[in-house]
Amino acid sequence: MLNLPIYLDYSATTPVDPRVAEKMIPYLVEKFGNPASRSHAFGWVAEAAVEEAREEVAKLVNADPKEIVWTSGATESNNLAIKGATHFYSGKGKHLITVKTEHKAVLDTCRELERQGFEVTYLDVKEDGLLDLEAFKAALRPDTILVSVMFVNNEIGVIQPVAEIGQICRDKGIIFHVDAAQATGKVTIDLSTLKVDLMSFCAHKTYGPKGIGALYIRRKPRVRLEAQMHGGGHERGFRSGTLATHQIVGMGEAFRIAREEMDAENAHIRKLRDRLLKGLSDIDQVFVNGDMEQRVPHNLNISFAYIEGESMLMAIKDLAVSSGSACTSASLEPSYVLRALGREDELAHSSIRFTIGRFNTEEEIDYAVKLLHEKIGKLRELSPLWEMVQDGVDLSTVQWAAH
Amino acid sequence: MAYSVKVLDHYENPRNVGSFGKEEEGVATGMVGAPACGDVMKLQIKVGKDGVIEDAKFKTYGCGSAIASSSLVTEWVKGKTIDQALDIKNTQIAEELALPPVKIHCSILAEDAIKAAVADYRKKHGEH
Repeated sequence: MLNLPIYLDYSATTPVDPRVAEKMIPYLVEKFGNPASRSHAFGWVAEAAVEEAREEVAKLVNADPKEIVWTSGATESNNLAIKGATHFYSGKGKHLITVKTEHKAVLDTCRELERQGFEVTYLDVKEDGLLDLEAFKAALRPDTILVSVMFVNNEIGVIQPVAEIGQICRDKGIIFHVDAAQATGKVTIDLSTLKVDLMSFCAHKTYGPKGIGALYIRRKPRVRLEAQMHGGGHERGFRSGTLATHQIVGMGEAFRIAREEMDAENAHIRKLRDRLLKGLSDIDQVFVNGDMEQRVPHNLNISFAYIEGESMLMAIKDLAVSSGSACTSASLEPSYVLRALGREDELAHSSIRFTIGRFNTEEEIDYAVKLLHEKIGKLRELSPLWEMVQDGVDLSTVQWAAH
Repeated sequence: MAYSVKVLDHYENPRNVGSFGKEEEGVATGMVGAPACGDVMKLQIKVGKDGVIEDAKFKTYGCGSAIASSSLVTEWVKGKTIDQALDIKNTQIAEELALPPVKIHCSILAEDAIKAAVADYRKKHGEH
């Protein structure tokens, strides 16, 4: 039996894996101690659980547990990494580099640093969504202190050349931060070889709970940060605040499962993604946004030309997906990520993001394909743009009355 | 976004979708909006010799509110003279469909579509 609506928005968040939830519950009820309580068994039990989870997070990315600091999520990790390192190294320079397709948690943090007097270069990406390494090298300045590039893009799923960027930064002594919120459990991350100094993680994109994340802070060579949250000196002073033991246990278990099951899961998800793409391939004027090779299998971002994204979402309400259309946001701007690819705005307005995950089935994908076929015809019948194109009008030559 | 029952009804069952033949007598077209902005409305009116709008058709590229707004105006303009059609204001459309503030521009676009169609009619028929 098919349960509707079908969840195809795993890059927004994932359900907590039942195995994770089960492991968390005792830490809310009987094992409720404060891990910072050193004077009794309640504290010791909680502390042991926190350290076990820290080890699991470190193992997934091949790091030392001492390099992992708990935060409330990737937004906080990005803030702590970017502001913390920029402030600490501000004596060395005042220039930062990031990319236009980064998550807002990075872009808005950089904007804040600009207000504080730092200078930030926001690099364009190529049409395939990937960073141009030559353009990156050209943007480096003698006073560049920090570079922040995401591992996997949240909207189009492309994988940035993190290894190459890291090597360039290391050679020049520049701190390199990577937002890996969308990467854990999807791509292999080996911090013993990657020249990454700071890496942000969160649990809820990898079948863990919301409200918990971590920041990797390299010890060799040592990276230093100014704390952003002051208090009891938890997490060796990097991030004060009582540790949320149950959340941390959940993240540890989620990352353990990710490490053990990633290969099999990716194969399953790739099969479903290919099935979805193949199912839609007979529809006219359908475009995939972002490179198909340097991309996680979970993501399929598609523009159905001449159909506005939000009206598409209304038509396919049995599918829980998201759109780059302006109408789904409060800002009335279409996705800045898709615009950065240099695609016409029309295609950004017409984009739908399908993100596939652990619990999707072939049956669900087949239902989605069938539903999309049914609705696309109806919506194109409604579309004046589709009519014009069928009549042989080149839309780029039309004088639109922009409003 | 939560939609009103009326928006959903017009979206699910849009009224008067389509186009008139280009050479049909008394047909005028208003096309407003731009693909880059995420909405384009094409409103066509068919005006009888007595100056009354006999029929109207639309096609819209846009969100649910844009589709509903244009579907609604095709119903409203029918039976009106072109001067009466010009009296339809975006606020009436927004009120009828209970559009949220962020979707008011859809109703403005629908009003603009009426104006553009009437202007096209007057241009073709030499009225001023």
